[in-house]
Amino acid sequence: MSSENGKLLPETDAGGLNFEATELTLGLPGESRVTSDGVAKLGSKRGFSETVDLSLGDNKNTNKFGQSQIDVPEAAKSPVSKAQVVGWPPVRGYAKRRTKSCKYVKVAVDGAPYLRKVDLEMYNTYQQLLTSLEDMFSCFTIRNYLSDKKLDQVNGIEYVPTYEDKDGDWMLVGDVPWQMFVESCKRLRLMKSSEAVGLAPRTPPKCSSAS
Amino acid sequence: MHKKMAFSFPDEVLEHVFSFIQSDKDRNSVSLVCKSWYEIERWCRRKVFVGNCYAVSPRMVIKRFPEFRSIELKGKPHFADFNLVPDGWGGYVFPWIVEMAGAVPWLEEIKLKRMVVTDESLELIAKSFKNFKVLILSSCEGFSTDGLAAIAASCKNLKELDLRDCEVDDLSGHWLSHFPDTYTSLVALNISCLGSDEVSLSALERLVGRCTSLKTLRLNRAVPLDKVANILRRAPQLVEFGTGTYAAELRPDVYSDFAGAFSSCKELKSLSGFWDVVPDYLPAIYPVCSKLTSLNLSYATIQSPELIKLVSHCPNLQRLLVLDYIEDSGLEALASSCKDLQELRVFPSDPFGVEPNVSLTEQGLVAVSSGCPKLQSVLYFCRRMSNEALVTVAKNCPNFTRFRLCIIEPRTADYLTLEPLDVGFGAIVQYCKDLQRLSLSGLLTDRVFEYIGTYAKKLEMLSVAFAGDSDLGLHHVLSGCESLRKLEIRDCPFGDKALLANAAKLETMRSLWMSSCAVSFGACKLLAQKMPRLNVEVIDERGPPDSRPESCSVDKLYIYRTVAGSRFDMPPFVWTMEDDPSLQLS
Repeated sequence: MSSENGKLLPETDAGGLNFEATELTLGLPGESRVTSDGVAKLGSKRGFSETVDLSLGDNKNTNKFGQSQIDVPEAAKSPVSKAQVVGWPPVRGYAKRRTKSCKYVKVAVDGAPYLRKVDLEMYNTYQQLLTSLEDMFSCFTIRNYLSDKKLDQVNGIEYVPTYEDKDGDWMLVGDVPWQMFVESCKRLRLMKSSEAVGLAPRTPPKCSSAS
Repeated sequence: MHKKMAFSFPDEVLEHVFSFIQSDKDRNSVSLVCKSWYEIERWCRRKVFVGNCYAVSPRMVIKRFPEFRSIELKGKPHFADFNLVPDGWGGYVFPWIVEMAGAVPWLEEIKLKRMVVTDESLELIAKSFKNFKVLILSSCEGFSTDGLAAIAASCKNLKELDLRDCEVDDLSGHWLSHFPDTYTSLVALNISCLGSDEVSLSALERLVGRCTSLKTLRLNRAVPLDKVANILRRAPQLVEFGTGTYAAELRPDVYSDFAGAFSSCKELKSLSGFWDVVPDYLPAIYPVCSKLTSLNLSYATIQSPELIKLVSHCPNLQRLLVLDYIEDSGLEALASSCKDLQELRVFPSDPFGVEPNVSLTEQGLVAVSSGCPKLQSVLYFCRRMSNEALVTVAKNCPNFTRFRLCIIEPRTADYLTLEPLDVGFGAIVQYCKDLQRLSLSGLLTDRVFEYIGTYAKKLEMLSVAFAGDSDLGLHHVLSGCESLRKLEIRDCPFGDKALLANAAKLETMRSLWMSSCAVSFGACKLLAQKMPRLNVEVIDERGPPDSRPESCSVDKLYIYRTVAGSRFDMPPFVWTMEDDPSLQLS
């Protein structure tokens, strides 16, 4: 995967920030903006039971140093666990202490030069996982320093969360019951929706916008 | 060697004298006395310590110390433990193994921390060092059980295999069977990091049975309680033991088997493990508690009453690691039962929860500081703190060498006065004159750094997060802390001025980490230009730093002194400042 090699994508340009993705959104496949020719690679899988609309790189979280930072009030929105600042509190292998097993998987985002890891055992639902990914990759915000304008969501690039299961197949996240997903997921990849053609389900899911 | 002095000793005598000097610092001092001492010392140094694997090259080490038998290497910066260092950053041990395989065939010990170790590296170790004895991998990753199998199969003289906190790819539990039946020299085995499929129990039992010198055994959580008794019975001489997982319900037959096995272990001093421990099983270990000096309960999700009962059976406890389930009441009990306590670590059971889930506050820390006169090392996670408490703790414990406080919510003020915690931490550095390591948290202004710069003269490592107001804070630390070796900073408003004004200081330190601060790319370039013996590395996932204005802050910065020049193994998201063509001026 190009993201793992760290190769810069065509939109990155040394002459200035021509990143198109200043506002990245994660959406589960099946959303109206995802190109879909209705071909379901995963014919045997069911449609989605929930649709989540996520925004990566929400500009209002930047602090005065131009750095992305999680606002504490934002964190309060998530009732079960705080939206996490990466690496804080400084606990190691935290999940190993609390849960029976620790399920660390690597997360690659197309366009990001390096991977992160999440512990799937720390979440109870897809929503929690995806919210956490959104926070984790919020530093992926590419600010347009030259014109200092914020691109609105319509022009943002959407990402589709996918995962590789124990059989080595790439599946759409949200396909199977949560616990089954945790057990079979080997790694995650947030794929650009343009590349996710072929992974879209047959049945259109319900759309709910949560931005 | 020139015998200019009337009373100089022959080399052999000096060598014999030096053999009593084990610490690196002392050996380094010895080597600076004169050229002949340098020469003698370098030929007889048997243990080499390299605190930053990129500070020096393997060839340089081998050239200077041709006869070493033990090497300790550290790789990634400490903040890698908290996911702040991206995968692929570096810290590869393979180049070191390659060089040593050829030049140091009698190598006996390798100790690595935060390094990437591949199966290939392990296989090379297994076949290159005929007298290999000790492999300690701490917080390492990159290898699988295949690599372990190679070590087991080939290292006939292996004494220690310790994989503490490593991430191991699980492929098969059969690696343990690769220890030949004739192999009996194991003294220490720590496999607590391995997962469920990675240990064959029957192979483990046989191994433990035939290794009669085994003193340390730390099992992984996949070893169930009923198997633990079998293993313990085969090793009544154990001094350090880490249990596997405890079954969920109490079964009397398992319990009595377990209790019986435990009571036959008369030498036990250290216990750990306790995953999923059910309180009803705890009495099984009471018979050994009176001799225990070290207890690691950081995986034990038991509540305060059971914890109180347990620690009250351990009057000789020197080291306790525990979850905050112990609560203030448990810490008060600890303070009255364990007068020999030297080290305490209290971890959060629910670090990401919004509300406190346990009643653990500054009171617990104050109680222990008051009741345990030998307390030297503290790591404490809590949700509230006051200056008053910190001042009390400081006065109670002037002997602190390590004090790490983590108030979970960033920038939390003194809950009583709503003021910053500057005065509290100021008291810590003022009263604890031997403090070597300090981690700050809570609401802190530049003032705390003024205190630190003024008083913390023995401080070697400082961790700072979400603190300070301006460059003055960083300047106080860099200009005042004479013994500072490692400084790690995140999310602080420190920028270019303090860094550039104290550039020379950085060469007296091992390393500086700054992430989410306000250091500009231009300053990084300038620093690298001024200080050629520093590697100034920028980690930034937004693309090359020169694609943005020079005044733009870098995401992460890692600066370290080195005599080996820029490293060759940087991933695409790490930039060194050396290659910048604009540095060609002046």
